[in-house]
Amino acid sequence: MDSTNTVRHDGKQGRARPSPVTWVRSGGLSTLVLAAPLLLIFGVFSWYPIVRSVLMSVQHTNLVQPATWVGLDNFRTVLSDPLLGTAIRNTVWFAVLALVFGYPVPLAAAVLMSEVRRARGIFSALAYLPVVVPPVVAVLLWKVFYDASDTGLFNEVFGWFHLGPYPFLQDEHWAMPSLVVESTWANAGSTVIIYLAALTSVSPDLYDAAEVDGAGLWTKVWHVTLPQLRGVLFITLILQVIGTAQVFLEPYLFTGGGPDNATLTVLLLIYNYAFAGSLGGDYGAAAALSLMLAAVLAVLSAVYFRATRSWSTT
Amino acid sequence: MTTSTDGPDRGLVSPRDWRRPSVRLTMTSLQVMLLGILVIGALGPLLWLVKASLSTTQEVLRDPLSLWPDGTHWSNLGDAWSNIHLDLYFRNTVEIAIGSWLMQMLVATTGGFVLSVLRPRYAGVVNGLVMATLFVPAVVLLIPLYLTILDPPLVHHSLINSFWAVWLPAGASAFNVVVMKRFFDNLPREVFEAARVDGAGPFRLLWSVALPMSRPVLGVVSVFAVLAAWKDFLWPLLVLQNPDKQPLSVRLPTLQQTTQLDVFLAALLLSTALPIVAFLIFQRAFLRGTGLGGAVKG
Repeated sequence: MDSTNTVRHDGKQGRARPSPVTWVRSGGLSTLVLAAPLLLIFGVFSWYPIVRSVLMSVQHTNLVQPATWVGLDNFRTVLSDPLLGTAIRNTVWFAVLALVFGYPVPLAAAVLMSEVRRARGIFSALAYLPVVVPPVVAVLLWKVFYDASDTGLFNEVFGWFHLGPYPFLQDEHWAMPSLVVESTWANAGSTVIIYLAALTSVSPDLYDAAEVDGAGLWTKVWHVTLPQLRGVLFITLILQVIGTAQVFLEPYLFTGGGPDNATLTVLLLIYNYAFAGSLGGDYGAAAALSLMLAAVLAVLSAVYFRATRSWSTT
Repeated sequence: MTTSTDGPDRGLVSPRDWRRPSVRLTMTSLQVMLLGILVIGALGPLLWLVKASLSTTQEVLRDPLSLWPDGTHWSNLGDAWSNIHLDLYFRNTVEIAIGSWLMQMLVATTGGFVLSVLRPRYAGVVNGLVMATLFVPAVVLLIPLYLTILDPPLVHHSLINSFWAVWLPAGASAFNVVVMKRFFDNLPREVFEAARVDGAGPFRLLWSVALPMSRPVLGVVSVFAVLAAWKDFLWPLLVLQNPDKQPLSVRLPTLQQTTQLDVFLAALLLSTALPIVAFLIFQRAFLRGTGLGGAVKG
């Protein structure tokens, strides 16, 4: 077995266009058969719908009559919808609150957990547990916790401190933070695990060096740990923004967008355009708004992708 | 790496500091506090769910924070399972999850193998197109994919209310293909060359050479495929409109409005039990996959 020889062969694969017979003989047909699942599934359920969404955004479609070309009308409809501003404001508010609640806590927890010397597995298993709970179950359970009466679970806890009762989900100002708290509970675990993985790659030598220079605990966290994590911190930031920009489940199940549209998010608005009762069936407007949201997110994804590429090699 | 005087596995706090009583006390108490927060915050709601599922509705409403139910009403679980047909929705969820898993495995293994090992002329273009879908957020697909399911090309027979409407689109996961491709990329080329010399065709290469070496990554991809199918809500809500076809996640919100609270909470418990048991068994695959997700997912 001359392995060096085969490697060299593999290295120079400059091929001339083969005839159909040699193509089949050399395995071209079986290759195509193996590629077929990917080509078919991606073609029909990914690539074609992506192209179609662009077409639909400039068409009027109601599934009964053939689609008609309407130019930028769908975009005008969406942009002149007074609810669009509300939905964007709410989505940004959700994203900001999710960052305030959900960004520093997992980091602090992960730094502390990485110093656990015995039974660290219990910590990470506990932290990850809520991620495994199906999101619908989590939301419906928290809906029970958020009961507005004074015997609701959270109101009873607040009652110990002579606060409340609060109408968590029924009040315009409380509703969104209540959604975000649940969403943070449900998602923070995976961020903790990502940070924990990143923390193990911080070189101990850096801590040694910092100690030689007389650094205390906080100095080490501030000048060694955080700078070493900046790559992964940036990645989780972008992932979280991309995720929260598409938030649907919480507002749909907790409040249905209410009270008084206080939790109407962009994705809920898209859903309403296309599928909700009286407004429904406006697939063109839904496609147009999806594309506008996607354009914003694609920029973020591209930034994210570049970041992961450059950081994963260092 | 072993030049470090304190040994290779030190963390933020040096072993010398760990030996100081004050440091040890601070760190230990901080960690005990964290453990307490995790037990109350992460485990607490689930323990509450277990307790409440075994209580009566009156008890849950009157005194939600009692530590122990007055009597254990196991009948709630039975009522949820049979009276509100949770067994049917459970079976639907399992079928949806298994089908989605099979479809994702089929596409990811064959696709990753072709793109990484066989590398035909069109591999570059296909790879680029797969990678490009990583940049497209799921929201873009929602409407056109729904219309595609209503009138799929070639078949021209609506897939609404058929599990295929969930299974087929589940296969189009660029994340899985990328993970498999990267894994195959790191397998030694010599193994494939040697098998080829011994007369193995592409199918044999995949089935008898590549897949047996890929067990760990297949485990990670499988865990996430099944979990994602179990969690999915919006897509099955759109395409499975017949209640007899709906999975738990789609059915539970409707059940909340029509079911007594104690039985409903028992239904929530039954819907969560399987994923949690799976997590406790396959913890390692879950946690490793999450670290992986941070590096590839778009």
